[in-house]
Amino acid sequence: MAKKTVKNLNEVTIRFAGDSGDGMQLTGTQFTNTTAILGNDLSTLPDYPAEIRAPAGTLFGVSGFQIQFGSSEIHTPGDHCDVLVAMNAAALKVNLHSLVDGGSIIVNTEGFNDKNLKLAGYAQNPLKDGSLDKFKVYEVDISKLTALALQDMNISSKVVDRSKNFFALGMMYWMYNRPLETSIDWLKSKFKDKPEIQEANIRVLKAGWNFSETTEIFSVRYEVAPAKLTPGRYRNITGNQAVAWGLMTAAKKANLELFLGSYPITPASDILHELSLYKSHGVKTFQAEDEIAGISSAIGAAFGGALATTTTSGPGVALKTEAIGLAVMVELPLVIVNVQRGGPSTGLPTKTEQADLLQAIYGRNGEAPLPVIAASTPSDCFDAAFEASRIALKYMTPVMLLTDGYLGNGSEPWLIPELEKLPDISPSFVTNPDGFQPYAREEATLSRPWAIPGTPGLEHRIGGLEKQNITGNVSYDPENHDLMIRLRAEKIERIVNDIPPAHVEGDSEGDLLVVGWGGTYGALKTAVTRQRKKRHSVSHLHLRYLNPLPKNLGEIFPRFRRIVVPEINLGQLIKVLRSKYLIPATGFNKVRGLPFRSVELEHEIEGILKGKR
Amino acid sequence: MSSLVENLLKDASGFSVPKYTAKDFSSGQDVRWCPGCGDYSILAQTQRVMPDLGIPKHKMVFVSGIGCSSRFPYYMDTYGFHGIHGRATVIASGLKIARPDLSVWVVTGDGDGMSIGGNHFIHLMRRNLDINVLLFNNQIYGLTKGQYSPTSEKGKITKSTPYGSIDYPFNPAALALGSSATFVARTLDRDPKHMQGVIKRAAEHKGTSFVEVYQNCNVFNDGAFFLFTEKESKDDNVVFIEHGKPLVFGKEKDKGIRLNGFTPEVVSLKDGSFSVNDLLVHNEKDTTLSFILADMTYKPNLPRPVGILLAIDRQVYEDEIDRQIAFAREKRGVGDLKKLFLSGDTWVVK
Repeated sequence: MAKKTVKNLNEVTIRFAGDSGDGMQLTGTQFTNTTAILGNDLSTLPDYPAEIRAPAGTLFGVSGFQIQFGSSEIHTPGDHCDVLVAMNAAALKVNLHSLVDGGSIIVNTEGFNDKNLKLAGYAQNPLKDGSLDKFKVYEVDISKLTALALQDMNISSKVVDRSKNFFALGMMYWMYNRPLETSIDWLKSKFKDKPEIQEANIRVLKAGWNFSETTEIFSVRYEVAPAKLTPGRYRNITGNQAVAWGLMTAAKKANLELFLGSYPITPASDILHELSLYKSHGVKTFQAEDEIAGISSAIGAAFGGALATTTTSGPGVALKTEAIGLAVMVELPLVIVNVQRGGPSTGLPTKTEQADLLQAIYGRNGEAPLPVIAASTPSDCFDAAFEASRIALKYMTPVMLLTDGYLGNGSEPWLIPELEKLPDISPSFVTNPDGFQPYAREEATLSRPWAIPGTPGLEHRIGGLEKQNITGNVSYDPENHDLMIRLRAEKIERIVNDIPPAHVEGDSEGDLLVVGWGGTYGALKTAVTRQRKKRHSVSHLHLRYLNPLPKNLGEIFPRFRRIVVPEINLGQLIKVLRSKYLIPATGFNKVRGLPFRSVELEHEIEGILKGKR
Repeated sequence: MSSLVENLLKDASGFSVPKYTAKDFSSGQDVRWCPGCGDYSILAQTQRVMPDLGIPKHKMVFVSGIGCSSRFPYYMDTYGFHGIHGRATVIASGLKIARPDLSVWVVTGDGDGMSIGGNHFIHLMRRNLDINVLLFNNQIYGLTKGQYSPTSEKGKITKSTPYGSIDYPFNPAALALGSSATFVARTLDRDPKHMQGVIKRAAEHKGTSFVEVYQNCNVFNDGAFFLFTEKESKDDNVVFIEHGKPLVFGKEKDKGIRLNGFTPEVVSLKDGSFSVNDLLVHNEKDTTLSFILADMTYKPNLPRPVGILLAIDRQVYEDEIDRQIAFAREKRGVGDLKKLFLSGDTWVVK
């Protein structure tokens, strides 16, 4: 056996790519779980096609999964990958641009036969024509080695073919010195009732590891030490799962039943799937006939005293718009989750974007203000969902929670919270009929009382017609309408007293302030941190509360010479900031359906600092 | 720990249902329908039936959409929700799922329920939540001042169809049956007694009950149903169907409906060719028969069937949700968030 060198790395990015049917998402998830348990910080990005099973071997059927992990804090899935695992020619072609110069490519040679090369549009075999000379290419006949490992098992060639991703996984486990146990345990529980599939996958996983250990193909092995994270117990979590758990936790802390009315839509469906699992927690999920029914049923449930929520993506919010206005008018608590995707119209369903901010803040008929909150990382989706619920219940208002496809599908370690330390957010239902008025407001918050059906003596009617102040009776009086419009606006404005001030990461004054919101947090944080290491005078401000905006923003902005607002849209937050604070901010906008790369942000920051922009 | 709602309901459970009168169900708000509107009768019959149901007012919720009919909740002294156009059925569905203890009513019209709310209507029928739906069918858009509706007869001249409408009308009863409704009935605004009976049966039905009420809009579609509601023509043009009884009609009770194959036909009981024994006997449990009866609706030479077309039992949606919750809890114990968070792979950072 050849002697292997071990190198230490601070961080590394791996991209698994193959056909949609090759199990790349599963391979990536397995690698992620094992890596998380080893104590690395990490961030992942699944990148899969909208087509469920595109024809095998084609470019549009390529599915990828990228993970960056390291021994220090990791905020993004990585701009570029250091290692590309390509199960076929199409996967190589689609993903080669994301590989760093000098990076490693591990290819399944079987995926580069004439048919695959043709489907991928290669005139010549890239493994043979020298076009990959600037990379380290490892050619492994994964398909054949998998078949050999299973040759004495009496299983179909289909099962054999489907196990080959575990060979690749085994190789990567070896290369990065990860144990096999987590995946073996997973296979044992997943295929409890299918012992043959269980055994086949375990064998192939071990075969991949052993192959790497014994052959001389890899001369280097890498070590990535555990990261220094806040002490505590962690688990890996995706943004969509975190939203679901945040809502469940909010219901628990509010002592209410959780109701979800939802219609399946990419990339938000996983929240519906997740919440549908938790019947034993008393969660009621209703898969409605359309988006409108999803939100309308939630409004009905809110009237009945539930913590009501509806989950969707941009086109779904468009359909729900009228009902959101109704929720504003009847002043019932409701959490609307928008897992943003590429738009307009059907747009890019599986890709990420931040172009629904103006829709969230303004997109309704009439003056219909509501609080808007954005999550910044996959695990932050938990806190953001809890906070959205808190505000909805306290202020009797619909709240829009913005996440995006990148956050929803992406994952990272999550410090499991202690439930006892989360605040009690129970509302108090009004029960006393003496002097009850459905629209008499609480003095501090301006919220109206929540009187639920089933309470004797509080029979009353609500609806979408304008209400008379205090009584809630239908009113067409001009002065009353003006008053009610202002009261509803004032109620949302007052939330500003109940949210934390904006926090600048870095110096509180300087040459440049980078202002972001939502899912770009990791990329901005990484870019600003690196720039600060270069001693550039740049700070980062990331907004969670988009409406109302934190009180202290007006004091922060003048302390910086320049302000740049990077967004994955054509400049939506910047419009809001310019109109409110009259500041000459600059936008940085790329709308490619992909998260920002921190290098492009760094480039932009340097350009601004050098006065080139 | 029981939830806030459960606590509230427990506190209210000692409430004994008072002896209500129809007046107790009037909210006292000025009723704003046009004088002479058929809606007044529906409101009055509903208020008359409510005291017989034995349900306290605070357990009742009337939900509506948009349209003349949808003002209804404002006039009932119960809980009420005047929603948005077409969506009453889903607002009510969410409410009923969250709160199965409530008696939930939907008031809608042929525009609200059949047009903009058509999708939700059919899905409510198939899901079979225990909700009562009263659809005021006046075959016209009243609130928007007189356009044709999805139930207007073909060729109808209105503001939006000056050359006559070219749409073929919905038959609401057939639509409900086609959507697997478990209770389908039709009644008339000008037949208070019949309407009261139907509303009571609808309330008692466990599952979605759909009641189509022929309602006169005396401003924009006056007399649309006079053939079926007026003294001179009613007897010869309506057949009142009752469970277990033969379909007899006519001023002299001298006509009946016989099935010729699957086709209903009018026969005379006078000329000796047929007797009552030859007539179709209504069976409200028979789904096939309900389709035949509903299909008589726009047929010339056949009287309009009025009454309960179908009343069958099928599992109720919100009960099934509760059953699944109970099942999951029995199998796995009551959900515990702490356990959930710690399930699967976790690790400790020191």
